[in-house]
Amino acid sequence: MRAFVSFSILALIAVGLTLSLSHIPFGTDRMQVANYYLNHGVADTGALNLVTAVVLDYRALDTLGEMTVLFIASLGVGIFFSWPKKEGSEEDGKRGLPPASLIVRRGSQFLFPLILLFGGYIFLHGHLTPGGGFQGGAVIASAFLLMFLGNTGYHLRQKPLAVTESLAGITFVIIGLIGLGVSGYFLNNFLPKGSEFTLFSAGVIPILYAAIGLKVGAELSGIAANMFQSRSER
Amino acid sequence: MTIGNPMMYVGAVGLIMIGLFTVLSKRNLIKIIIGLTLLDTGVNLLLIAIGYIHNRTAPIITHAHADPSKMVDPIPQALVLTAIVIGLGVTALALALAIRVYGHYKTLDTRKIRELKW
Repeated sequence: MRAFVSFSILALIAVGLTLSLSHIPFGTDRMQVANYYLNHGVADTGALNLVTAVVLDYRALDTLGEMTVLFIASLGVGIFFSWPKKEGSEEDGKRGLPPASLIVRRGSQFLFPLILLFGGYIFLHGHLTPGGGFQGGAVIASAFLLMFLGNTGYHLRQKPLAVTESLAGITFVIIGLIGLGVSGYFLNNFLPKGSEFTLFSAGVIPILYAAIGLKVGAELSGIAANMFQSRSER
Repeated sequence: MTIGNPMMYVGAVGLIMIGLFTVLSKRNLIKIIIGLTLLDTGVNLLLIAIGYIHNRTAPIITHAHADPSKMVDPIPQALVLTAIVIGLGVTALALALAIRVYGHYKTLDTRKIRELKW
């Protein structure tokens, strides 16, 4: 019965997708508003990466909403792990876990600052290269994840993470409010655009992406810390 | 360039179908979450494939003579950038829930978890 219901739902969705996709020929030009973004994006925003121009200038408010969703998700993870465990539930056997080999430990400690640096590079160059705050933040969190995996008993305090995350989020909103005050609409790019192909260009976009990078990095590291550290260690 | 063009759609829809089948038919919570991430990836791939235009490059101006009329649609890419992040958040939340469910019921099998049947 269950399999039959599953397969009928699948067949229904497959037919629907096939019917609708058959009207969308692959690889054809269907751009309407995107033509404006492509042709005026650099002049309007100063960002050479036009995806960044869309994400952080034309649709920056949506990015604020996206950050809110990620924040709520990490908050939810924190709440789930802060419930007291039931008595007698497995306090997972990682206490007795032997340390990883010397190569793994030293290797992860050697790579840790380099990965952090690379993450910072990615989010600071989000307006010039295929990068950005979310990618850079994910790379930064992967550095912390590597430390958790390579070093038994690695400890990450939650307070600095929370402070970083809050400051970054507040920075984003304050920049938006300054834009509102200066020119009348929220998250307006009020700083000078600068010259193309340089790091300090595109107005507020590098600042916003740095804020997003730090916020996402802190949130994802916080999720990793929540999953690795039990409540007593925090 | 015309050979195998719909294959992009077929692959993306295939991923969506595999993910959906996993969600509907598997009984282990971790496998259901894996199905969700497959579904997520399939949808992202489908959006990117719809935004693709033949013989055009990524919407990034890499040198002074780059031609904006030779670039693909940036909007699906911006949308997928958002969707990947949201998908990550959903996965993390679902895994946290699964860990709590395991701590409470001592099983990840949806058949053995009371108050969770269809």
